[in-house]
Amino acid sequence: MKTARTRILQVISFAGLGLSIVPSFLVFGGVLSKELYFHLMTAGMLMWFSTAVFWIRKDHLG
Amino acid sequence: MFPVGWRGLLSGVDGTGGIFYKREFEPHDKIFRFEREQGDMSTKTQSTPASVPSKVKSTLIERLDALYEYDREPVHESKLQGWRTFIAMFSSEHIAGTEFVLGTLLVLHGVRAVDVFGGLALGNLLAVLSWAFMCAPIAVKERLTIYWQIRKIAGPYLTVLYSGLFALILCLLAGSMVNVSTTAVTLPLGIASPNYAAGQTVPSVPWILIAVGVGTAIAVLAVLGFERLAHFAKVVAPWMPFVFLSGAIASLPSLGVTGLGNFWQIANEKIWTGEPYPGQMPYRFWHCVGLAWLCNIAQHMGMGDVTIFRYARKWQMGFCSAFGMFIGHYMAWICSGVLCAAFVHAQREAGAAAPNPTPGNIAMFGAGYAGIVCVLLAGWTTANPTLYRAGLAFQVATPNWRRWAVTLAAGILMIVTACIPAVLHYLDRIVAYYGLFFMPLGAFIFIDFWLFPRLGLSRYYAERRGLRFSWPAAIGWFGSFGICFVLYAKDQYASMAWVNSYLPGFLSRYKPDLFLQVLPAWLIAIVLYTVCSMIQQRLHPLREEQTI
Repeated sequence: MKTARTRILQVISFAGLGLSIVPSFLVFGGVLSKELYFHLMTAGMLMWFSTAVFWIRKDHLG
Repeated sequence: MFPVGWRGLLSGVDGTGGIFYKREFEPHDKIFRFEREQGDMSTKTQSTPASVPSKVKSTLIERLDALYEYDREPVHESKLQGWRTFIAMFSSEHIAGTEFVLGTLLVLHGVRAVDVFGGLALGNLLAVLSWAFMCAPIAVKERLTIYWQIRKIAGPYLTVLYSGLFALILCLLAGSMVNVSTTAVTLPLGIASPNYAAGQTVPSVPWILIAVGVGTAIAVLAVLGFERLAHFAKVVAPWMPFVFLSGAIASLPSLGVTGLGNFWQIANEKIWTGEPYPGQMPYRFWHCVGLAWLCNIAQHMGMGDVTIFRYARKWQMGFCSAFGMFIGHYMAWICSGVLCAAFVHAQREAGAAAPNPTPGNIAMFGAGYAGIVCVLLAGWTTANPTLYRAGLAFQVATPNWRRWAVTLAAGILMIVTACIPAVLHYLDRIVAYYGLFFMPLGAFIFIDFWLFPRLGLSRYYAERRGLRFSWPAAIGWFGSFGICFVLYAKDQYASMAWVNSYLPGFLSRYKPDLFLQVLPAWLIAIVLYTVCSMIQQRLHPLREEQTI
């Protein structure tokens, strides 16, 4: 069963993935500058890596 | 590209790919158990210096067998995996650093938009069907690794040769991954990457030093922390497709795309223009089909993936490969093509005479530092297991060497490869050669399984007769590759043009590209192997006790 901590980490991770894709559509639509988009991509990357590493399990297959 | 991940070693070029199969399914403790055994073997070998050459040969085979000893038996039913496992594995496995290269190469070779969208769709569909109808059904019925399948059909000598050559190609692929990662490290440092198309065939000294540093770090980490890195690679995988897609979408406005309405027009005018860049041969629809189908052919038609699909509950799980193909080899290649065109366009607008669309440059252009990190990690996480497996394979032939020494030696080969810009420039050709070379052995497995019983031929003939060398397999393997290579080379290399004068008219007029040789190579392989096997089994039929 997922703990509350895991859920919070997952929310942050998926928000990071969201930040890694949504801003590009805003750039395409002319709503966002490319500089700000770069910053948001970096933020999304940091959010993903700082949290996903704790809840993505190692493989124990085989 | 290649499934060369922790995710799919012997994978690969994706490989960096792979071929190479040490995937998630095989717990790493098997490797460590093997290494302990190797240590024991080394001790024994050292204590018996009077080994004679024939003894060395036999122990080479024994050592290779020991490496795969824990996979000798078919997979037990309790270890079978469901759909989610295979979907997740394929989705994550087929995005590697080389995706930044292959999508770019298609642009440089002047494909048209319809070639890319249609050709890659067809090629990837053929790859998926090959996995689903050729590889997976045999895997779930036999439930054996590729190593043991080849061993039963071709005998131990050819299996050792297969493993050794495969280790070499692993080093080459790992080198291309290091090259990709190096372009990401050098960019922020202001060191220009070599532009092979502009005649820079040797990198600058600072670039080589960075490549040596990156390669050494990868080699050292491959020795020290395989399991932890395997976990990290799994964390990286879901994020990378987002960077590809995001970078491409954000780059479209710089090419003038304002919406879906003018996308196709701009795609044909500025991205996939139909005009190859200087020094590049033109690619068309069938080149795209062939590249998409060929780049993992060692895994599907070459049967490398029987090693992972032996864990599948049903053969239909072969269709899970669609997730890898259409994310990694369709979406990612198209996105890197867009990134390449946007970068080149922007550079030319800025007055650059010879833009250099390296992975680092195009990723930085499309996604900023996140793109740089993506390139670095895409190269690193795929180069590492590739190198690890290459080291493991080489250790079989060098039992007196310590594990770390063999891996570092393989790392040196990898670093040398990384410092050759031509490797990335011709990566698509290298992938084609590698696919055509290793594919015939998979064709033998396919034919041995489906056709031999119908022809009244014995399956696993080499194993049943205790043969160390199967000459039908050798003729089929080298004959298929040799014929296809000569048919290609006769029109590509002046030194081979004489071949045309000895060929019948229809063959001298036949001018196939490497990418168009998938089916001919497969057919030649199975015809040679089947005919030679009929002769062999007619001359030396199995005795009654050998048929069991």
